[in-house]
Amino acid sequence: MRFTTSDAGPGTGPGRPLALDDCSRRLHEMKVPASGVSALAAERVSKRFGAVVALDGISLEVGRGECLAVIGESGSGKTTLLRCFNRLIEPDGGRILVDGADAATLDPIELRRRTGYVPQDGGLLPHWRVRRNVALVPWLRGAPDASAAAERVLRLVGLEPASFGDRRPRELSGGQRQRVAVARALAAGPEVVLLDEPFGALDAITRADLQSAFLAIRRELGLTAVLVTHDLPEAFLLADRVAVLRAGRLEQVAPAAELRAAPATPYVRELLARARVA
Amino acid sequence: MGAMALLLLLTVQTAPPRPVVVASKPFGESYLLAEMFAQLLEARGLAVDRRPGLGATEIAFRALRTGAIDVYPEYTGTGLLAVLGDPPRRDPSEVYDRVSREFHRRWQVRWLPPLGFENTYAIAVRRETAKRHRLETLSDLARVGPTLRAGLTADFIGRPDGLPGLARAYGLSFAEVRALLPAVKYQALAAGEVDVIDGYSTDGFIARYDLVVLEDDRRFFPPYEAAALVSRALAERRPEAVAALTELSGRLNVAAMRALNRRLEVEGEPVEHVAAGALADLGLTTVTAPATAAEHGREGLAGYLFERRRDLLRMTGRHLLLVGLSLAAAVAVAVPLGVALERLSRGAETTVRAVGLLQTIPGIALIAFMIPLLGIGVLPAVVALFLYSLYPILRNTWTGVRDAATDAVAAATALGMTPGQILRHVRLPLASPVIMAGVRTAGVINVGTATLAAFIGAGGLGDPIAAGLALSDTRMILSGAIPAALLALGVDAFLGGVERLVRPQT
Repeated sequence: MRFTTSDAGPGTGPGRPLALDDCSRRLHEMKVPASGVSALAAERVSKRFGAVVALDGISLEVGRGECLAVIGESGSGKTTLLRCFNRLIEPDGGRILVDGADAATLDPIELRRRTGYVPQDGGLLPHWRVRRNVALVPWLRGAPDASAAAERVLRLVGLEPASFGDRRPRELSGGQRQRVAVARALAAGPEVVLLDEPFGALDAITRADLQSAFLAIRRELGLTAVLVTHDLPEAFLLADRVAVLRAGRLEQVAPAAELRAAPATPYVRELLARARVA
Repeated sequence: MGAMALLLLLTVQTAPPRPVVVASKPFGESYLLAEMFAQLLEARGLAVDRRPGLGATEIAFRALRTGAIDVYPEYTGTGLLAVLGDPPRRDPSEVYDRVSREFHRRWQVRWLPPLGFENTYAIAVRRETAKRHRLETLSDLARVGPTLRAGLTADFIGRPDGLPGLARAYGLSFAEVRALLPAVKYQALAAGEVDVIDGYSTDGFIARYDLVVLEDDRRFFPPYEAAALVSRALAERRPEAVAALTELSGRLNVAAMRALNRRLEVEGEPVEHVAAGALADLGLTTVTAPATAAEHGREGLAGYLFERRRDLLRMTGRHLLLVGLSLAAAVAVAVPLGVALERLSRGAETTVRAVGLLQTIPGIALIAFMIPLLGIGVLPAVVALFLYSLYPILRNTWTGVRDAATDAVAAATALGMTPGQILRHVRLPLASPVIMAGVRTAGVINVGTATLAAFIGAGGLGDPIAAGLALSDTRMILSGAIPAALLALGVDAFLGGVERLVRPQT
């Protein structure tokens, strides 16, 4: 495990105007890590809810610009792990590191504002128009051009601001709503995006559209991403590496090809067999 | 020092004395006697503030004891049994001596010499019932009681000198006991809905419905001599008022009272006319009853309402004031409290339930508790209405804020909104239709409940309702009830408009 105690990378300070191009350029520059610090890391993280053990000593890391898929059944702890990375959940044991800094020492509000988040159901504010929804995080950070940032990311996800910016969430299709949710996660130019089954509730065709759009955006911006999914083909399609979680324990973490070629446990083998991707 | 004392003396002497506050309990004879007190005081040059129809004995007497009112007509038997809690006594002068001594000793409240008539409870049946069962006395009634249905006022059912004592004295029981308002019990008896009612011996209705009053052969009911009950302040500082009121002592008798009550309750003459005529007939005033007196009670409801439009407008304004003040105060307290409870999670349900318990306190009881603290009038009415408004607003605020679009709240948290920002920008806007529904519920209930304010002299549209119920005057009841219903619709429509303004578009 790589780990240094060197200082966290230059986070985006509050109040700093955010331009997407600016951010993506900086992200590209940072693709070659100056230090060996991972963007995200979990060290022996455990969490229990009452009698239920959700996470049982999970250790893994996500490299800068890498996409890690976390896959598992319902109750495997994958969403709990994801929510530890922006302190929506506090681990009972172990540590979460963000840019090498112990997450417990970071201000949770500030951490969340510099971390993109896409929930499964979109979670758009129903009484806000699309433009305002997307501009949420830049607005929270006091960016003077929040609305302009929103329009840039709307174009990025394939929604024309002129025709979609003034709509209400209920006037959108399910796929459009998820595109807006992705745009909202990206509007403040975060280095890290957390996605909780973002395409799980969509029909197959819409899902395929969004998956390819996400793939293109992530490569263009060089985003670090953690993608929670229960869909192995999606994990293989979108992620650089796949972590298989079962009952709060890590079965295997490996690049897609390695997972296919050498499943580490019978559970992973069975998972592959069921998904018919072996 | 001397100058200041002089100034003080001058101020005391030149300041106009506060009007004599004349009150009554909510039934016809009490209204009439109070109006006679008021007119007599005015004829002697004293300013009067009328507060007719105060709740019942409990409220009227508390108000007198605490100095919120100065005088109201009361009955010695009620003072003995209901206020002092003494055992019954037979001799009228013994009862009067006892209550005047005890009331003065305990509360410095004075009974003026009795007015000259007794108004005791009268157990009445239809003439046909009396013939069929050969009923003349209450002992006869005890014989057939289990086959008869009784319709009694709530007051009578509850008080020790009412049904409980009567049942014990005569071994009396009924097939059924229904609580009836004074205003409807005579009609209920005449229509055969019930067989036995409690009345007053001076009621004007007994003759009108040709009822048989059964003789109290075991002399259970104590003497109920009517007299003016006077507050300490009036007794000690306003001898001229006491002297004026004493002019009525010993001047009335049962026959005269029954005739006056009949004009008031059966013929529907306005109380001011009946009182003015009675005082003039007694030679106490020179003012004769207005010539239009006989025409009253002839015009239809629309004409009646039109004739009283000014009074009704004023009462509607007062009603709106009561509702508006109490509702605004309830919103100011319950909305922030509901929001705070959402943050609290534990103990929230308990708190909301505790506030809900307020709802179960009967209006009159709540008001009676508050008289020693707040007196009578607008303030205690607003406080009572405020307490009744809290629950629907609190319940809806808490539920609405808690359950507002949980997925939107979760996403807003995940993206770095602070709890305060979530409350202001997400929870409150999304909960606003639910909160406003609570405010509208409270507003409409409030308009109805505010009619009870009449029983503590706060005015509003309850005044004609209470007086109409006491006098069995349907038009008078409607002249309060119809504007109250329209006001409820208006308040709901207005709050609906507010809701459209605050509810977010989705």
